[in-house]
Amino acid sequence: MVHWTAEEKQLISSLWGRVSVEECGAEALARLLIVYPWTQRFFDNFGNLSSPTAILGNPKVRAHGKKVLTSFGEAIKNLDNLKGTYSHLSELHCDKLHVDPENFRLLGDILIIVLATHFTKDFTPACQAVWQKLVGLVAHALARKYH
Amino acid sequence: MVLSASDKSNVKAAFGKIGGQAEEYGAEALERMFTTYPQTKTYFPHFDLGKGSAQVKAHGKKVAAALVEAANHIDDIAGALSKLSDLHAQKLRVDPVNFKLLGQCFLVVVACHNPALLTPEVHASLDKFLCAVGTVLTAKYR
Repeated sequence: MVHWTAEEKQLISSLWGRVSVEECGAEALARLLIVYPWTQRFFDNFGNLSSPTAILGNPKVRAHGKKVLTSFGEAIKNLDNLKGTYSHLSELHCDKLHVDPENFRLLGDILIIVLATHFTKDFTPACQAVWQKLVGLVAHALARKYH
Repeated sequence: MVLSASDKSNVKAAFGKIGGQAEEYGAEALERMFTTYPQTKTYFPHFDLGKGSAQVKAHGKKVAAALVEAANHIDDIAGALSKLSDLHAQKLRVDPVNFKLLGQCFLVVVACHNPALLTPEVHASLDKFLCAVGTVLTAKYR
């Protein structure tokens, strides 16, 4: 059973309130594909992923990044029930998308970096710790229904 | 995993821009690592890990110096860090997973202090470089 202190919830929601889901989502997914190029294996139908510039400008990458981070927003509304929130998506990623759960951890780490570049000194060590805990738990919830 | 010519030049340029702040970055990376991944504190039972710890600052300086050394000898990281590699294998025996954790925290420090520096391309090159350093430091473990 996950436990969040009031302070942790506050650190999450106050930052999230200042996040542009579309921009951060697009950037996080683009960086995932650039920094860990093997992750491109899931996106054969996305068109041109041949260079960082192409990836950053790719409209399918941007749209999918927004989708992924929007889902993250759902997690933040349901911090006490991440397993329930991600149950269906977990099955989907296993049975239909066949995504190795390691990729959820990679994307989580990338999201942390994106948040750090946006929030700079406001992204304190305490803030990083809470968000790293959150992305870890989201990754875990997404992996939970794998079989 | 191989560092391309552009990775090497990205890393050298990045450390050039970071300059003398590398020591502070090292200390802050450690602080963030201890806060975010408390299990890493198990390697420092002999340290005061409180905020502003002089020991953490000194250790951060050492870590940064090693990264700078590796960046300055980027064509032969294994050679440049050979003694450190021996030290980690024989004496320190830090579990390999922890190098990734420190690497992540170092990237976060760069991102917080110098976001303009951390373009996606430089992010990729630095991530690869930090990975390479971790690989060298654990290369003689068994």
